[in-house]
Amino acid sequence: MDLSIAGILLLDGATSGAVYALLALALVLVFAITRVIFIPQGEFVAYGALTLAMLQMGKLPGTVWLLAVLAVLAMLRDALAAVREGQATSRIARDAALSLAGPAAVTLLALWAAPRQWPLALQSLLALAIVTPLGPLVYRLAYRPLADASVLVLLIVSVGVHFALTGLGLLFFGAEGFRNPSFWDERFRAGPLVLSGQALIIFLVSAALIVGLWLFFGRTLRGKALRATAVNRLGARLMGISTDGAGRWSMGLAAFIGALSGLLIGPTTTMFYDTGFLIGLKGFVAAIFGGLASYPGAAAGALFVGWLESFGSFWASAYKEVIVFTMILPVLLWRSVTHGETDDE
Amino acid sequence: MKHLKTWLAAAALAALAAGARADVTIGVSVPLTGPTSALGIPSKNGISLWPSTIAGEKLNVIVLDDATDPTVGVKNARRFVTEDKVDLIVGSAATPIAIAMSDVAAEAQTVQLALSPIPLPEGKGAWTFRLPQSTAVMSIPIVEHWKKTGVKTFGFVGYADAYGEAWLKDISAQATAAGIRNVGVERFARADTSITGQALKLVGANPDAILVAASGSGAAMPHKGLVERGYPTGKIYQTHGAATLDLIRVGGKDVEGSFVSSGPALVAPKLPDSNPSKALGVRFIEQYEKAFGPKSANQFGAHAFDAAIVLEKIIPMALKKAKPGTREFRAALKEALETAGRIPVSQGVLNYTATDHFGFTPDTGVLLKVVNGDWEVVK
Repeated sequence: MDLSIAGILLLDGATSGAVYALLALALVLVFAITRVIFIPQGEFVAYGALTLAMLQMGKLPGTVWLLAVLAVLAMLRDALAAVREGQATSRIARDAALSLAGPAAVTLLALWAAPRQWPLALQSLLALAIVTPLGPLVYRLAYRPLADASVLVLLIVSVGVHFALTGLGLLFFGAEGFRNPSFWDERFRAGPLVLSGQALIIFLVSAALIVGLWLFFGRTLRGKALRATAVNRLGARLMGISTDGAGRWSMGLAAFIGALSGLLIGPTTTMFYDTGFLIGLKGFVAAIFGGLASYPGAAAGALFVGWLESFGSFWASAYKEVIVFTMILPVLLWRSVTHGETDDE
Repeated sequence: MKHLKTWLAAAALAALAAGARADVTIGVSVPLTGPTSALGIPSKNGISLWPSTIAGEKLNVIVLDDATDPTVGVKNARRFVTEDKVDLIVGSAATPIAIAMSDVAAEAQTVQLALSPIPLPEGKGAWTFRLPQSTAVMSIPIVEHWKKTGVKTFGFVGYADAYGEAWLKDISAQATAAGIRNVGVERFARADTSITGQALKLVGANPDAILVAASGSGAAMPHKGLVERGYPTGKIYQTHGAATLDLIRVGGKDVEGSFVSSGPALVAPKLPDSNPSKALGVRFIEQYEKAFGPKSANQFGAHAFDAAIVLEKIIPMALKKAKPGTREFRAALKEALETAGRIPVSQGVLNYTATDHFGFTPDTGVLLKVVNGDWEVVK
């Protein structure tokens, strides 16, 4: 190992780390607000990348139908609940129309745009528009009825949602993998180091998103409401903050971050319908480093996981995953020693 | 009315039973659902191309789904030997299930034609014969090409699973025998996001050739990673698991000029006329694509198609000794397989013996080169 190899590995690890950081932030966000350990986070990564791959081929991605079906199911469920409560028919109809309007617009747009071979940037936006609303819909259908259940029950629901989404991914995209075209083919050379334009985009987008989230949570009313929900659900509800809305927002953000991560790494690796799970899991390891509570801790953990992985694959590629996942143990030990007893459920 | 239905059903059953006694009955168990359905469905398609009679005997084929579950596979095999009294079992297309079924086949003394190159421990598998090529046979064209082009060292990057392990074992043994040294072994998983570490180390060892042991579009990722680190694509070799158009689709210009070891069926039209598999391979592609659409032909369908060619050879031999449906007939089928000698099929030339149940002769594999986004046979 010389300096140039170390440099290349550092750069490679930081590129993966940037993506893990995004996913770790999303996981921390969802856990803080809804107490859900969001295992399906990785599925949104695969959905984002593969939805774009389908659009690239001029085909209609199956995620569009998933969006339409989930939207109708969520609408029916809400309408049924409203009827039971004896609400006025006009109000039920208005709510139903409101909740269907967005997904319907995206579905129609996708139907119209899919065969038209739009430029890459527009297709990426369309892919984001298709995958992001899946987050709130999954929350409304799978998690909201159990919002007050224990963390363990929510975790079990997460496992179920993960299996369902992976299976649907196989149905939508098939068993073979895809590689998306690069957003920027430029290469910057500095001695033995080569920084690809795609890696630069990954760094910039990750940084922009982290700053954006910081501003969102620090400066906007909606962001502050989300933070309040994270700190104390009951208190937030007493102050007139909708915890249900907070759940939907957090999962919408998580789906958006997942799909964006998928778009970012789609050009650097071959994406399969089930690739997302492992990526999401590494984001989870990173989030554990921050105790599932600290954003800077999670980001630092993500960078560490990225480096661990790139150096691990250089020295002992057969044990790479073992090295990454075993690192959870000393971290948990250290956390339990330094942080003492935490209040559990 | 109710009675009439019952009578009709009874009559139909009786007719079936009477018919079944004189026919040659084959039980097929393949995964039509579950994670390996991508192997099982084309296998079933290949079976649908089988002839309806062989040597004047009606062929009675029972196809069951084993759902990629060894337990279901064993249940199917038990049903075949106890209820259906089959003369021969075909399947499964997935390795773990085929291994589980081999015990039932041995116990019931019924020949199993496995659609997967299953490894079995010494002393097991007396009644099991494989239709797909072993990795050892597919290593031969690669090592031959290395010898011809003066390769002295090679590197290996493969899946961290049984497929990668089998390839590493066989290619290392043959390369060492040919005086070619292994200078680096790296592993990766299909879902990895980066191969930079492995590629750096392998390219740093500077081998004369690198073998990638992966399947389908998953084989493209390490290939692109090696090329990105400056390794010439013309020195990269791929295995038969990657011999699908998915490699070219995902790999694009980075796989151009690299080599792939493959069975002969899918490139049959491009083979020289002297190749014994050429005519059969062309026939397979024609029949398969006529039934299932253009560009649909694949190696799994070819293996199932080859099963019928083997049956056409061994059933007449066994009929001379015993009647279908008897124990003697099943034993005669096994003996016929072991003594039939060379049987050319679409995927190569089989030559089963009492000790070799993999069968394929060393000249089976074909080395392909990616030229202009298509395969070309390397002479």
